[in-house]
Amino acid sequence: MSSKYANTTIHGYRRENGRVGVRNHVIILPVDDISNAACEAVANNVKGTMAIPHAYGRLQFGEDLDVHFRTIIGTGANPNVAAVVVIGIEPGWTKKIADGIRLTGKPVAEFSIEQKGDFETIRAASWAAKEFVHHATEMQREDCSINELWVSTKCGESDTTTGLGSCPTVGNMYDKLLPEGITGFFGETSEITGAEHICKARAASPDVGERWYAMWKAYQDDVIFAHQTDDLSDSQPTKGNIEGGLTTIEEKALGNLEKIGRTSTYIDILEPAEAPGKGRGLYFMDSSSAAAECVTLMAAGGAVIHTFPTGQGNVVGNPIVPVIKITANPRTVRTMSEHVDVDVSGILRRDKTIDEAGDDLIEMIRRTANGRNTAAEALGHREFSMTKLYRSA
Amino acid sequence: MAHTPKPIPNEIPQLLVHEEADNVGVVVVEGLTAGTDMLCCITHDNSTFRLSAEADVPIGHKIALTDLKAGDTAIKYGEDIGRITADIAKGAHVHTQNCKTKRW
Repeated sequence: MSSKYANTTIHGYRRENGRVGVRNHVIILPVDDISNAACEAVANNVKGTMAIPHAYGRLQFGEDLDVHFRTIIGTGANPNVAAVVVIGIEPGWTKKIADGIRLTGKPVAEFSIEQKGDFETIRAASWAAKEFVHHATEMQREDCSINELWVSTKCGESDTTTGLGSCPTVGNMYDKLLPEGITGFFGETSEITGAEHICKARAASPDVGERWYAMWKAYQDDVIFAHQTDDLSDSQPTKGNIEGGLTTIEEKALGNLEKIGRTSTYIDILEPAEAPGKGRGLYFMDSSSAAAECVTLMAAGGAVIHTFPTGQGNVVGNPIVPVIKITANPRTVRTMSEHVDVDVSGILRRDKTIDEAGDDLIEMIRRTANGRNTAAEALGHREFSMTKLYRSA
Repeated sequence: MAHTPKPIPNEIPQLLVHEEADNVGVVVVEGLTAGTDMLCCITHDNSTFRLSAEADVPIGHKIALTDLKAGDTAIKYGEDIGRITADIAKGAHVHTQNCKTKRW
């Protein structure tokens, strides 16, 4: 069956490893918190580059360190990034991260600060960054099939309108584009609580469903029940969710799961910031439900566009991935329109169908892929938040 | 499965209901006042009915579609979303004051 999106193309950047990006960033990437200042100085010296400061990277160990490395390497490896300058305090972990990004074939230069100091590091890294800007700005967009996009989703500041309008809009998009061959991500492990029976059943096979359930159960037992000081009534739903009319965690989870539509099934489960390894299709990433952390992890997994349904009005963005905001709440459209890319409030008025809203979102994905800056990009929202599993040594 | 209902012309509903089995619906207009004769729409098939709002209920908040008793189950999306913890009259506001998860 040929769908109306079978021949849809976007103008993207074809990277050395074959992946398609929709942005062309030259990033200055710190390995650790104490290298942020040098990265920001380089980005100030060389226009057209962007530093991505963050809070961690020293004395982490075990699984927490693995998540850190995957997140930093995945960010540099993302196809929205043309070239990367990596700066760390010492050469060992700096090289590990630079080599991880080099597997994509893109230009990477690495610098470490010990025995040189910030000044000398900034001088040398600025020369490399300038060369990368010349290189990146000569790259051209080319026609690519829309099915080469990796599109993630996570909703935020949810209310009852997200389950009625904006989440089903994303679900409709996945139901239409996953059969075309895009790669999709959803996640938010804690926010499935209350609809875990439905999520388990949406796996592509019973084996994947069982593995999903074991992952979700481990989160419940190891994180929630191990650390809770009361029931989750004050956290899930959040105060903002309750203000928006959501009463229970079940109601919130059922609305959240509308994002995977009616027919989509997930083919595998990913660790936080892990890249998909089983080909095209939909993946569940074990991830926080906090907006910036989740978008950061999915971007590190390789998503190049993020679709973000919101009810009460979440304003999150990401440094390297355009975040498309969708809302069905007419009050949010009225009071926060500068943050809204796709207004689907017509669904609540019954003058727009979910099918039409899904088409509207796909059109916005196409335009965003072609270069249209999202509201979050225009407003400078570049939240980059590392997921931390436990205390550093 | 009719998940893409046809639009209703001319009149904007005040209350949307996901599934026919649901016993709560969601206010989708701002400034709803007690006494409003609401047009209610079941999104699954676009069927409609009328219900009088018994309270001023903010946009996004829920209204009981029938009289509900303490101990009843609140149904939305055709699924169990929690326990009714106090009697609620048809048309009244349903939220944290009278509905709670069964999970904890």
